[in-house]
Amino acid sequence: MILAVDTLLQGVLLGGLYALFAAGLSLIFGVMRVVNLAHGDMIVLAAFLIFAIARAFGVGLGVALLIAIPAMFAIGYAVQFVLLNRVVGRDILPPLLVTFGLSIFTQNGLLAVFSADSRRLSAGGLESASIALAPGLAIGVVPLMTLAAAIVVIFGLNQIFYRTAMGRAFRAVSDDPAIAQLMGVDNRRVFATAMGLALAVGAVAAVFLGVRANFDPSIGPARLIFAFEAVIIGGLGSLWGTLAGGVLLGLAQTIGAEINPEWQLLAGHLVFLAVLVVRPRGLFARGVG
Amino acid sequence: MSLLATAGLTAFYGDFQALYGVDVTFEAGETVAIVGANGAGKSTLLKTLTGLIPAAREAVRFAGEAIGGLSPAHILKRGVALAPEGRRLFPSLTVEENLRIGGDHRKGAGPWALETVYDLFPALRERRHAPSTALSGGQQQMVAIGRALMSNPRVLLCDEISLGLAPIVVKDLYAALPKIKTSGCAVVIVEQDIVQALAVANRVYCLQEGRVTLTGKPQDLTREAIQEAYFGH
Repeated sequence: MILAVDTLLQGVLLGGLYALFAAGLSLIFGVMRVVNLAHGDMIVLAAFLIFAIARAFGVGLGVALLIAIPAMFAIGYAVQFVLLNRVVGRDILPPLLVTFGLSIFTQNGLLAVFSADSRRLSAGGLESASIALAPGLAIGVVPLMTLAAAIVVIFGLNQIFYRTAMGRAFRAVSDDPAIAQLMGVDNRRVFATAMGLALAVGAVAAVFLGVRANFDPSIGPARLIFAFEAVIIGGLGSLWGTLAGGVLLGLAQTIGAEINPEWQLLAGHLVFLAVLVVRPRGLFARGVG
Repeated sequence: MSLLATAGLTAFYGDFQALYGVDVTFEAGETVAIVGANGAGKSTLLKTLTGLIPAAREAVRFAGEAIGGLSPAHILKRGVALAPEGRRLFPSLTVEENLRIGGDHRKGAGPWALETVYDLFPALRERRHAPSTALSGGQQQMVAIGRALMSNPRVLLCDEISLGLAPIVVKDLYAALPKIKTSGCAVVIVEQDIVQALAVANRVYCLQEGRVTLTGKPQDLTREAIQEAYFGH
């Protein structure tokens, strides 16, 4: 019984990390109808940025994250404004190719600067701290913080989407870019802001990624797959659906690993495929075209 | 000096020329109807005036300033707003959000805000939180006009506001135009329904194959002249 509860808890907490990976991807898809193939690499870039800031200035992870968030926003804004805005809108293929190129460029750039060595972010002992719930049942503080961060981030993004003029512009541009322009919306700046926001969220994901596990320049694409699966399971265009998708994926992986350690990733992919078969638009899809 | 004017305006869709040297003027406080058959260039003219289709800088002037080819956002800030053909509301936004986004980028104050738009179209007040897709066609058209008004335009362009709507609904929509005009705004309506257009317009332009074939006050134009200008025979 304890084992079953523990497995479920660990699954839900792991889902928080996947939801953080996926939130930015979901945001970009929701606004631009673009799948950013470099999203995983951008999270890894943010992890290295936090690592470098913490080491260079001798500051803690919290301070490094506070510096990395605006820095990643600026990088996202610039990449979108200078590069991706040239290919968004006409066809789905050019943005895919450009983001694929960006993925390769980022991986090789990180390799050149930081080498292929594995790194880890140190949270000063927090990574091994846990809260005992019952005899034989405990949850890690960092996984709990990860899930809490995912909920806060998705709540925040929802507030931006549904309570602000910027959110109205995001949804309007997504619905009808030509008419949005007629309302005075500058689509290029809206896209750039959305990408900046997605990478700022990526920085939050990066800090938890780096504390929970080792990272090196090559692990971005694997994170992208988890993020992509969480978005698809949850339903395109729904941020809370993305959280649910992340949790379901985390649960599937944890339960799979409990049955047989080799089944961890397989179980996640099987749930993803099952959702695609039963509900191709995801569990909580909004009415997107 | 006219509020909005074109001089020798041309427009293209790729290699296809849709407008050939169009000269029109719109003054503050007047209602102007642009009529013509399908494909005459009416909607193209409005899209060119709002920056959706490129134009030569000097071919369009707003209060004397050359604005041809500026981006739609810049033209909106000058004071030219469009209620587009087919309404084109944002389906992800509620009625009120559709109206709000029309005013999000306005420059300066003016007579139009949420409450004044609701006063103009009271049916929208009751449905302010409904998704825009849940409204009837007539109510959607009211939102499209209200959304354009929210920018406090000096020129309101309305493209085919009666298209696909029941006559009683069209009557209600047209009843709102004089109130909009009294706010000091020039109202330009593009219509295929000539009778409806002539009933409210101070002046009429008739377009045929991308050229202005007739212009004048409705009371000065004979049925034969309009028919000739409209159909070319």
